[in-house]
This record gives sequence, C-alpha cells and structure tokens, in this order.
Amino acid sequence: MEMLLSTLVSALLMGMLFALVALGLAIIFGVMNIVNFAHGEFLMVGMYTAFLTATIFSIEPLLTLPIAAMVGFLLGIASYYMLVRYLLKGPMIAQLLGTFGLMIFLRYLAMCIFGPDYKTLEHGLLIGKSIMWGPVVLSYPRLGTAVLSMLGFGIIYWMMDYTRLGKALKATALDVEAAGYMGIDTEKMRGLAWGLGGATVGIAGALLINFYYVFPTIGILFCMIAFATVALGGFGSIKGAFIAGLIMGMIIDLGGTYLGPQYKFALIYLTFFLVVVIRPKGLFGW
Amino acid sequence: MLKVEKIEVRYSGVPVIHDVSFHVNGGELVSIVGANGSGKTTLLKTVAGTLHPAKGSIEFEDEDISTSSTVNIVRKGITYVPEERRIFGPLSVEENLKLGAYIVDDREEIEKNLDYVYSLFPILKARQKQLGETLSGGEQQMLATGRGLMSSPKLLMLDEPSLGLMPKLVDEMLEAVATLKEEGKTILLVEQKVREALEMADRGYVLQTGRTIYKGTGEELLETDIVKKAFLGL
Repeated sequence: MEMLLSTLVSALLMGMLFALVALGLAIIFGVMNIVNFAHGEFLMVGMYTAFLTATIFSIEPLLTLPIAAMVGFLLGIASYYMLVRYLLKGPMIAQLLGTFGLMIFLRYLAMCIFGPDYKTLEHGLLIGKSIMWGPVVLSYPRLGTAVLSMLGFGIIYWMMDYTRLGKALKATALDVEAAGYMGIDTEKMRGLAWGLGGATVGIAGALLINFYYVFPTIGILFCMIAFATVALGGFGSIKGAFIAGLIMGMIIDLGGTYLGPQYKFALIYLTFFLVVVIRPKGLFGW
Repeated sequence: MLKVEKIEVRYSGVPVIHDVSFHVNGGELVSIVGANGSGKTTLLKTVAGTLHPAKGSIEFEDEDISTSSTVNIVRKGITYVPEERRIFGPLSVEENLKLGAYIVDDREEIEKNLDYVYSLFPILKARQKQLGETLSGGEQQMLATGRGLMSSPKLLMLDEPSLGLMPKLVDEMLEAVATLKEEGKTILLVEQKVREALEMADRGYVLQTGRTIYKGTGEELLETDIVKKAFLGL
C-alpha cells in the first residue's frame, strides 16, 4: 500500500514533465497540422543547454531554465523559417521526411560535438534530495519539475485563452485562410508556434537534467512518449496534453513497478494503439 | 475607391480570369453576378490578396495593392467575408467577432463596433456566449458578416451571403446588406441571387467564364437579354 502510494505520487509528478514535453508537440501540431519528429531532439538540446550552462558557469541548474527556453525558442523559430516553411510547399511526405531529417541531423550533430557518453549534473538545489511525506518519498527534482511544469502549463493555457496573441494562434490553428482575412499574420503565428513549442520543450529539458542523464540519442525515448501523450490527449489540445501526460506517467511508473520495467514502453505503445483504434481524435481533440 | 484594371488571374498557370476591369466608388453597392464557376469568388480573393493577378493592376485609394499580402490589405481597410462563412466553430460568437477586430488596437472602437454588429443582428447578442458551430446557417452568415464589419472597413466584400440559406433568411440577409448600404458603407457584393443583387445595387457587372460580359446600373442590367434569359428565366 505504501509502495503503491509512493509510486502513484512519483508517477503523477513525472507525468507533469511528460505533459510539458508533449505540450510543444501539441502546440505545433495544433497550429499547423505538422508532426515534429525532431521534438525529442529539441528536448535533448534543452538538456545539453542546461547541462553546459550549469557546468561551465558553475551556476544553479534551475537558473538555466530561461536560457534553455530561449535556445529552444530560437531553435523552433529557425526550424520553421529555414526548413518547415519550404516543406509546406511540398507534398505531405516532404513534411514527414523533412522533420525526420531534422531529427537525425540534430541527433548526430550532438553526437559529433559531445560524443556518445552519458552526462549528469551532480550539484544543484534539488539534485539528489528528497523528503518523506508520511510514508511517501518525495524526490526534490521530481517535485520541483512538477511544480515548474504546471506553472509553464498555466502560463501557456492563460496565454491561449485570454490574450489577443493566443486568440490569433487559435484562429490560425482552426482556419488559416479565414485567420488571414482577419488581418492575422498567419506566417508569423506559425513561426511563433514553433518558437513556443521549442521553448516549452527546452524548459522541460532543463528540468529533466536535474534527475536524468543526457546523451545524444535521448530524444527518441521521450519523443515516443510525447507522441503517445499527444495522441491520447487529442492532437492540438493543450488540456489534453496535460491530462494525457499524467496518465502516461501513471502507465509508465505503475506498469514499471508492478509488471516489470521491461513492459513500460510496451504499455505506452499499447495505449497509443488503443487510442488510434478506439478514439482516434483523442480525449479532447477537435 | 477600388479600381481593378484588366487583370488576369491564374490557377497553377491556367488563366481563369481574363482581362477583367471594374471599379467601386465610395458609398456604392456594386454587385458582381454570374453563374457558378464564372470566377466571382476568384475575383474577390484576388482583391483580398489570397491570389495575385498575373497581369493588370488593382488600386485601392490610389495605391497599388496587386502584390500586397492579405494582412496589409485588411489593414488598408478591405475585409472579405468568404463564401461558406468560414467562422471559427469552436470559438464563441463574441470571440469570433473580436477576432474580426484583430487589427484594431483601440478598445473603445472594438466595443463600439461590437454594439453596432449586435444592433444590426440582435440574434448574435442573444447568442454571444454560444459556440460558432452551434449556430444555424443563417446565424453563421450573420456572424461572418458581423465579423467582417468589426475592423471598421472602408470596403466590405461579401461573397454569396445568401448561399445555402432558406428563402426567408435570404431576404433577411439581403435586407441587412441593404441597411449597410443605406448607412453609407461601401460594399462589393457577389451573388447568385441575380435579381435581388442587381435590384439593390448602384451598379453591377455580369461575369461569364472569367470575363465581364456586361456592366451598367442594376436596372440596366436587369433589362439585358442575357440576364433575363440566363439568370431570370424570362
């Protein structure tokens, strides 16, 4: 019972990070119906950014969040204006292969620069600490990550629903041509969606580095979880990404604990499969 | 106000509008009529900047806008209310209307325009919190038209506002257009309801397979053989 409680809490905390990783994917897909296969690599870039900034300047890892967000934002913007914009002119397959190519490019660029070694941060405000809450062990990095993920989510959610910019993004997502007739610069909105997608996943990377090692091919691991999360939540739905993230956290942690760690990814893909068969638009999809 | 001079418009290289000229003066209601596929929508989309002419020129208030983007054209004061309405279904009536005022920074102007649209179409006020997709066809058309008015445009282009509406609503919709005209709005109207569109218009153009075949005042056009035979069944 105590173990179940501990696992459950830990799963929910981890789920919030999964949700933040999926958020960027959901924003990009929502605004322009493109699946960004390089999303996991964006996360990897965020992790390396935080790792390098923290080690080179010997600063607290949490202080690297804004830098990782900025790098992610710029990476997203650059990807849109230098690649995706041109892919849109081609057939569907060009969009698929294009971001797939970006994924491979970023992954092996990282391999070239950093080598294949696993790297972790050893010092930080949260790193390696935990507290007991009744019978439940709360790991500081997970707790901090969860709180900041929620905060990030809250900000994006607020922006989408209550600001003029958010409305313009939504309008572009719903009907790009009609949005243009409103005088919305839809091209800019698409670039911005990539920027926001990159920034949120960059933040997720900077949080993840507090309790996970980074290596050049880490992207695929989280990217697949993010795909399943977004599919479950509904492509393009922010609320969906959040709730699906929590569900994914539970599936992975509970499945890993009670069925054995070898099954946790199988369970993710099983969920993905069931969603596609039973409710293809996901829980909250349009 | 708007002057379209001998434009040719192409889809993937194939010309669909040939050598078409027309103009709209301030305060006028100009109707463009013609059968399905005669190029009416293409013409409006070209003025709106979604398409660009391969030849010829489009001038708005003495400024060439043939290569301007849709965003700039909206900012200059032309709004286009598209065929089949294209409202934002999952957003509320009020959110849709406010998006229509996207280029307006002045809050007071937005509120004023919102009141104006609600006075023009009271049903929209009653439904302001409802999602766009839950409205009836007629209400959606009112919403699309209202949304087009939210940015205080100098020229309003309406693309088949009567499309797919039941007869009673067609009358209501066209009456609203007539009201807008009386209030001094400049309107470019594209319609398949030829008689109604020409009756209320100051001037009109008849389009056939991408060419202007007749132009004149609404009354003149209603008297021409081609309009009588082809469109009015007389």
